[in-house]
Amino acid sequence: MSLGHSAASSPYLAHHFEDLEQQKTSAVLGMWLFLVTEIMFFGGLFAAYAVYRTLYPGPFHAGSHLLDVRLGGLNTGILIFSSFTMALAVHSAQLGKRRLLILFLTLTMTLGCAFFVVKGIEWHHKYVEHHIPGPNFHFDGMQDPKLVQLFFVLYFSMTGLHALHVLLGIGAMLWLVVLAMRKKFSKEWYTPVELVGLYWHFVDIVWIYLFPLLYLLGRH
Amino acid sequence: MNHVMPDHVVPLRVYLLVFIALIILTAITVQVAYIDLGLLNTPIAIIIASIKASLVVLYFMHVRYSEKLILLVVFVSIFTLILLFGFALSDYLTRYWIMLPIR
Amino acid sequence: MSTDHVETSASIVSVSRHEHDIDTSNYLKAGYTLKSWLLTVDHKRIALLYLFGVTFFFIIGGILAFLIRLELVTPKGDLVSSDTYNRLFTQHGIIMIFLFLVPAIPGVFGNFLIPLMIGARDLAFPRINLASWYMYMAGALLTVVSMAMGGVDTGWTFYTPYSTTFSNGAVVTAGLGIFIIGFSSVFTGLNFAVTIHKMRAPGMTWFRLPLFVWAHYATSLIMLLGTPVLAITILLVAVERIWKVGLFDPSLGGDPILFQHLFWFYSHPAVYIMILPAMGVMSELFSTFSKKPVFGYEFIAMSSLAIAIVGFFVWGHHMLVSGQSEFAGLIFSALSFLVAIPSAVKVFNWTATLYKGSISFSTPMIYAFGFIGLFAIGGLTGLFLACLGMDYHVHDTYFVVAHFHYVMVGATIMGFLGALHYWWPKMTGKMYPEGWGQLAAIVIFLGFNFTFFPQFLLGYLGMPRHYHEYVPEFQILHILSSAGAMILGIGYLMPFTYLAYSVFYGKKAPANPWGATGLEWRTPSPPPVHNFDSIPTVDSKPYDYRTIREELSHVARA
Repeated sequence: MSLGHSAASSPYLAHHFEDLEQQKTSAVLGMWLFLVTEIMFFGGLFAAYAVYRTLYPGPFHAGSHLLDVRLGGLNTGILIFSSFTMALAVHSAQLGKRRLLILFLTLTMTLGCAFFVVKGIEWHHKYVEHHIPGPNFHFDGMQDPKLVQLFFVLYFSMTGLHALHVLLGIGAMLWLVVLAMRKKFSKEWYTPVELVGLYWHFVDIVWIYLFPLLYLLGRH
Repeated sequence: MNHVMPDHVVPLRVYLLVFIALIILTAITVQVAYIDLGLLNTPIAIIIASIKASLVVLYFMHVRYSEKLILLVVFVSIFTLILLFGFALSDYLTRYWIMLPIR
Repeated sequence: MSTDHVETSASIVSVSRHEHDIDTSNYLKAGYTLKSWLLTVDHKRIALLYLFGVTFFFIIGGILAFLIRLELVTPKGDLVSSDTYNRLFTQHGIIMIFLFLVPAIPGVFGNFLIPLMIGARDLAFPRINLASWYMYMAGALLTVVSMAMGGVDTGWTFYTPYSTTFSNGAVVTAGLGIFIIGFSSVFTGLNFAVTIHKMRAPGMTWFRLPLFVWAHYATSLIMLLGTPVLAITILLVAVERIWKVGLFDPSLGGDPILFQHLFWFYSHPAVYIMILPAMGVMSELFSTFSKKPVFGYEFIAMSSLAIAIVGFFVWGHHMLVSGQSEFAGLIFSALSFLVAIPSAVKVFNWTATLYKGSISFSTPMIYAFGFIGLFAIGGLTGLFLACLGMDYHVHDTYFVVAHFHYVMVGATIMGFLGALHYWWPKMTGKMYPEGWGQLAAIVIFLGFNFTFFPQFLLGYLGMPRHYHEYVPEFQILHILSSAGAMILGIGYLMPFTYLAYSVFYGKKAPANPWGATGLEWRTPSPPPVHNFDSIPTVDSKPYDYRTIREELSHVARA
């Protein structure tokens, strides 16, 4: 395999890989396997949600009614749009267009922050309306307040964990922008952009499921 | 398997179409939510969400253009999720099927 | 055995690379500073870091076991209070499972051997590999610190609502420790899976991989798919404990059984995280020490995957009497028997490998035979427990304790020690004293059976687990068990001593002391920093003893 060593002249190639393609496909596979663990991580929460929804459909519908579909829908749109701009960022990286890459990354980060602002408004509403689980939780209605509270425990766990992932994604993009400004990326090597892109799309997918499950079911 | 296209550049048109499709599907799922479909409410919401997720996975995440292994990874995780949901719910949905005197 | 030709070529390399300050012909000599170890990204050095870590925590867990057995010598609870006893067995379980059994073989031998066996220079992500070790150590220390903070008394399973509502121990700290170790486990699995997929040497097709690698591949799949569910479950327990919002609390509408579902979704497959790597070790040992290709290679490889997959189908058999639906219990019970099939495929194929082989009773092989014995008893009693009726009788008794110690502790320790002896010459470049090795292996096997076989009887007679006071009728069996534990303890001390001795005074090991196949034996002992002078090309099936024999005799003649 002396051929591999001649390719080792590439500044991007780590010593233990034979060529750039092996290095890149390894990184992409690694990211996907990491996303698998993320899927199972959220999967545990979704399973808890599925079980309690099966056990207590009434209280969960009542809880769902207390959420604001417009704000949830707005956030869905924001995240889908940010996924689109992220795809464009990767696209720019593939073509080696540095300025466009920085532009789209910044746009994606801004959208991520917008998601946070909307989420913050929603959580604030919940606080004002005493819908945060705990001793101050209050619910007037036909359903057992304890079980409606259970819905909100899941709501806050799921959206909270998701928000944490949005935050990490924004941090990762900040790092990418710094790297891009320092001209670290090229047509040959932009693997971090691609990996963060995969991560960001995953965060979007989680929300694609959270939105109907939390906001929409039991709307009729 | 050796012939991978890691640098496949997807045309911008595709991204735009996927984006539009995602927005339309979001609108549909919101509208459908206000119609009472009985038992079908949950499945329809999940099916629409899954179509959206598939679009993201296949086009934004380039799985359609990547090596088959990545697709396998996706299927394995879906399979394991189904195991988790299926077996857990197999308990809750059948709790009172068999009535024993101990109960 | 004579000096291998690889040895000589390695010395040439070390001369040619002399212009660098560090000696790259031997990974142990590539730097002596603490920094060169703590910041290393060499998978072989990280493996030794893991060896240090798991051994340290094994000793702590062992001391706790010693105290438990000491307490159980008398029927009265006279050594420690009930509260302390609860903390003892909980910490023993947590430490042995999460800090030793899960990371032991993958962390040490998987790390060391997978790149060598597939002909790669390192794992795919060396820095993530180092980070895994740090996460392991951080999580492990946190778990041990929780002992000092008042300990945990929930049992290693953290069952709700006790763990969330009633227990006054340091549940959150210990949980956080396990959460962090979980990350370490996930990243180890991720690293292995990517490495095995992407870094194989030219010609190293999937069905030319050593079975050790297959077993680790299956293990890493479980780590990737199972561990995150445990992580989220622990997180939910912490949320419930800190904010008192009931997710599992029945008085707030929660369902404690849901915790058990989520917990066992990981923790049953986790048993296979512990035993599959040991099975991988066994395939290597049986082949090498009977000088025959493994019988039914493809079946053993596939049975590893089958165990990994079926492992996710059966978790409810831990909950047969917990209040889950009887229908689900029926399904889980029936599916549990499926696990016996791939397990039996392995055992039968190993025994068939022995047939007409030239068997040598070297130390690793004695561990391999021990593995079969312990695994057979542990596995078969598992079938008892999977039966709905039988489980009502023996659930939460010492029968269960004995069963899981046989199957996951006994078998895994046999695998770990067998591997440690087998690859010790490769890792350290030194031979251990064979006579002492054989003696220790026999003492450990006997001690183990002395300790845990009486517990089957105890459990069958109705001795519940987790109790430190018992009726006097059980005393004789408990004394037998405690006496066995002392023998076992002595057995464990022996390898510590003579292996440490061999590092300094042992005979120098040749590249291939056992006449074994596999790429790891075709590089010097200890291997150079970059594993191979040039990446080897593989052109034959694994376990090809004819070629190795010819090569070795060729070297002997030359």
